[in-house]
Amino acid sequence: MIELNNVSKSFTLHNQGSAVIPVMEGANLKVAPGECVGLVGASGAGKSTLMRLIYGNYLAASGQILIGDVDVAKAEPREILELRRKTLGYVSQFLRVVPRVATLDVVAEPLLAVGEDQAVARDKAASLLAQLNIPERLWGLSPTTFSGGEQQRVNIARGFAHDYPAMLLDEPTASLDAQNRATVLGLINSAKARGAAIVGIFHDEAAREEVCDRFIDVTGYSPQVAA
Amino acid sequence: MTPLLQVRDIRKTYGSFVGCTDVSFDLYPGEVMGIVGESGSGKSTLLNCLAGHLPPDQGEVVFDTLADGPVDTVTMSEPERRMLSRTDWAFVHQHARDGLRMSVSAGGNIGERLMAVGDRHYGNIRERAVDWLGRVEIKEERVDDRPTAFSGGMQQRLQIARNLVTGPRLVFMDEPTGGLDVSVQARLLDLLRGLVREMGLSAIIVTHDLAVVRLLADRLMVMKDGHVVETGLTDQVLDDPQHAYTQLLVSSVLQV
Repeated sequence: MIELNNVSKSFTLHNQGSAVIPVMEGANLKVAPGECVGLVGASGAGKSTLMRLIYGNYLAASGQILIGDVDVAKAEPREILELRRKTLGYVSQFLRVVPRVATLDVVAEPLLAVGEDQAVARDKAASLLAQLNIPERLWGLSPTTFSGGEQQRVNIARGFAHDYPAMLLDEPTASLDAQNRATVLGLINSAKARGAAIVGIFHDEAAREEVCDRFIDVTGYSPQVAA
Repeated sequence: MTPLLQVRDIRKTYGSFVGCTDVSFDLYPGEVMGIVGESGSGKSTLLNCLAGHLPPDQGEVVFDTLADGPVDTVTMSEPERRMLSRTDWAFVHQHARDGLRMSVSAGGNIGERLMAVGDRHYGNIRERAVDWLGRVEIKEERVDDRPTAFSGGMQQRLQIARNLVTGPRLVFMDEPTGGLDVSVQARLLDLLRGLVREMGLSAIIVTHDLAVVRLLADRLMVMKDGHVVETGLTDQVLDDPQHAYTQLLVSSVLQV
């Protein structure tokens, strides 16, 4: 479902002496439906970079990034938008929303975007928020004023609202208490059970062991520094 | 899928000064495209050329009309273009006063556009005007007040209602949130996002506010000195800018 072939990435900083910083080389990855692959490596090794390349936030310098039959490295913006709407979900570490929109609507939005009925979308959003222990009295408020842990759970609810066939999870269990952590791991396992291909970053080792089928050390994709 | 708008090689000069040049892109139904750049970069010139307010020196702006399919709006006759700008197109000006009739009531401002497309039944017109005032969060009891009695944010929302009442398929917006305070801006952004999704609108939004495009636009076009220097997905252009000018623009944003 997710397949990377020989992907490389470098940044050119035009305003800082045109420094060219190679950050990734020869990245290969293959994730089958129903499989969860954990990215490991020290901080700065390129885990998040790889995720952003897959999601299309970063432009790959070379190589192929196949999600189903779309090559993200070469696709038109509208093809990537369509892909993100229907196929590829992303739970980032940070919640980014229009201010003043109610939490329930924030969570329901991905469903409305794929044409789901308003009432159905809101029901699904409500059940996810309840599962993740967001008190009902907060549902009508904007999540921008919530605590860090609450924002993260809203983000997770939003990410799991639509059943994406491919998902990227960036630290979904960080800063969660034991009970919420268990709920999130449950959501991940049920996504796997319905056949989602998942790439995740987990610093929480116990969580990692519980949901990941195998690990990829991204340190291997770092460009070799010339001696 | 046929693009809603196909722009080919648009160029506009003011004497020897280049307003904008070499601009080509396709806009598909339901897409929102942002055009960013500093003032004087040619973004408003481009928008005015696209919307038929300025005649470009060269190039095509092909719009997929409901009746006849793709037609070049640059070579179209003036009455046809005017009809288009009253029906399928809408233009939201930066200054609401440019897009409103200040001496006519709020309801009249909305009703005027309906009458321009042939609506004659007073009751229906008023009913739809009130409906649209509600959608842009203006109280019904203000329907007979003139826009001169409205705040800047309300005027801007009234302008949006006036533009969208006829159900356009393409909306041009020039700095729609410029000059509004941030709380009003947030409400307006939410309103625009909802309308875009519900009505399946396509939009071209000119702004210099990168936060606005991040929330509203699917795609981005960055302009500098009349040229398009970078295009792409909004978050890709903002997170991984390729051109020197875009990098400068993105790294210059003040963090709140």
